[in-house]
Amino acid sequence: MEKVTQFTGTGMPLKISNVDTDQIIPAVFLKRITKTGFEDGLFANWRQNPDFVLNNPSFQGAEVLVAGSDFGTGSSREHAVWALRDYGFKAVFSSKFADIFLGNSGKQGLIAGVITDADTETLWEQIDADPAAKITVDLPSQEIRVNDVVIRFGIDEYTKWRLTEGLDDIGITLQSEDAIAAYEAKRESWKPKTLPAKGV
Amino acid sequence: MSSKPLTLAEKLWRDHLVLKGENGAPDLLYIDLHLIHEVTSPQAFDGLRLAGRDVRRRDLTIATEDHNTPTQDIHLPIVDATSRAQVQALRDNTREFDIRIHSLGDKNQGIVHVVGPQLGLTMPGLTVVCGDSHTSTHGAFGALAMGIGTSEVEHVLATQTLPLQRFKTMAINVEGTLRKGVSAKDIILAVISKISTGGGQGYVLEYRGSAIRALSMEGRMTICNMSIEAGARAGIIAPDQITFDYLKDKPHAPQGADWDQALKDWSELTTDHDAVFDAEVFIDADTLDPFVTWGTNPGQGVSLMDSIPDPDSFDDPSQKAAAIKALAYMDLKAGTKMKDIAVDTVFLGSCTNARIEDLRAAADIIRGQVMAPGIRMMVVPGSQKVRLQAEEEGLDKVFVDFGADWRFAGCSMCLGMNPDQLAPGERAASTSNRNFEGRQGKGARTHLVSPMVAAATAIRGTLSAPSDLEQ
Repeated sequence: MEKVTQFTGTGMPLKISNVDTDQIIPAVFLKRITKTGFEDGLFANWRQNPDFVLNNPSFQGAEVLVAGSDFGTGSSREHAVWALRDYGFKAVFSSKFADIFLGNSGKQGLIAGVITDADTETLWEQIDADPAAKITVDLPSQEIRVNDVVIRFGIDEYTKWRLTEGLDDIGITLQSEDAIAAYEAKRESWKPKTLPAKGV
Repeated sequence: MSSKPLTLAEKLWRDHLVLKGENGAPDLLYIDLHLIHEVTSPQAFDGLRLAGRDVRRRDLTIATEDHNTPTQDIHLPIVDATSRAQVQALRDNTREFDIRIHSLGDKNQGIVHVVGPQLGLTMPGLTVVCGDSHTSTHGAFGALAMGIGTSEVEHVLATQTLPLQRFKTMAINVEGTLRKGVSAKDIILAVISKISTGGGQGYVLEYRGSAIRALSMEGRMTICNMSIEAGARAGIIAPDQITFDYLKDKPHAPQGADWDQALKDWSELTTDHDAVFDAEVFIDADTLDPFVTWGTNPGQGVSLMDSIPDPDSFDDPSQKAAAIKALAYMDLKAGTKMKDIAVDTVFLGSCTNARIEDLRAAADIIRGQVMAPGIRMMVVPGSQKVRLQAEEEGLDKVFVDFGADWRFAGCSMCLGMNPDQLAPGERAASTSNRNFEGRQGKGARTHLVSPMVAAATAIRGTLSAPSDLEQ
């Protein structure tokens, strides 16, 4: 995985709370078996409304999405993160994320940072005042900088370390092969096995 | 040695710890059972191939086809090319990696969260994961069961473990006795309405109290299933005699000495009496009415006896804005009585409410009754096995005589990845779990209800409680 540290880009305000993953990418786009090219599915239903923020030319090319609270609720579909990433977003901020969405973001190098509701409002004001305003997102210092405003965002330490080092989760776990094997050796014998198949 | 009193979820965590995380790193947990379906797995298998990795424990892994599968004409090739390709990818991947699969037409094919329990693979004391948020269903057995993303599916395939951050614990205490016509679905809809769709974030919810103890396994699965709708990491219920009786004769239930040892281990799977939860919620089962949703998230619900709330009644500005947006989408007005809302379609199905008991509850209400004019009702059993059992009991005949569509098993209209969708603007009473915008079809409007309310609604044409039929 590529290292994620710092970038500067413009922002997009998504002034909606409770954005579930069915809205981020409707189920019809989940039938694909590839892992890229999901940008056309991002907010596909909402995008049909010409007034939806994604259709506003002022925000074209934005890399920072600032959303209302409870972002990414519902379905576990990692496609929601792929769609945001493929569309060009490198970071999304909200006062609250659903757990599975947060986990999925961390696996794909999308920064999902937690900010306060007041800071969300501040960022919306900054972006509305000047959609071309340069926003710097700095992962090591956990800071969002725009004009004279500096906002600190929350992200768990481990995800931050993994992203900044560009480390692959599975690779890290496989270093613990001995511990996994030791655990397997003492598993209870009553625990189920799918093989050989019974009840067929 | 004195040990700290623990909640049930904390005991399961402790028992599955492979490595304790240091310096803020997550703990590494062992996964006992990995369920797979066609939607969230193809990219995970690609990842394995790309890295030259194998599946670590084929014997702890099982796959089925559910999201894309048609619920009629299942002997024909799947019409939609992308759906067909995705199902084919699962078949190819499971063949290549030698993983057990139950395909369309097999009696154990069905919704992954119905298949695991019916095979007896889901049992107390396990960690269960699946690339599906409704994996929380399996918590009904006293298992720690979580939905995961595709990257984590790949992680579990490769390592049979997952790095996980610790959770907080919340007790959901439901005391009392449910009245006639009120069921597990009403309990969980009331819980989500009370704590909101984000209220459970970071928590494992443990459902407790006399009303939970009185529930069958099916009812408990309905409740745990929708834990994710409150934003929770998982939902869990301590196993008891009802759990053990359910499991006893299931194909993969432990046998002989293993069964005795399992019972001994399972009997310890309770929250210590002096353990402390990080949060507690209380629900009174005695006074609970059938509960239904009016909005576009599962937390936007009220008693069926109530009216649609005024958005101005919400103190929180974002909740107020969400209510205004939801009512516009739902084409509803504040103050309208829930029972005055007419529906076009009734959907009885999904991993929340498509088990045999759900079908029986609905069939008992519609038996000998007439469907309201203009209503379409679709009944989709959770698995082929549920379908066969229902046919053995004659339930299919009850549904067909009533004028309902009797279908084959799958996720169906819960999310409309197969042809079972609502038309734009169409309104449904649905026993599924999500009333999100467009969930059951583009522009479709969903009211979440229990199987009994679904049945009563199909008879009256407007959202109705079973008790309305007696008047």
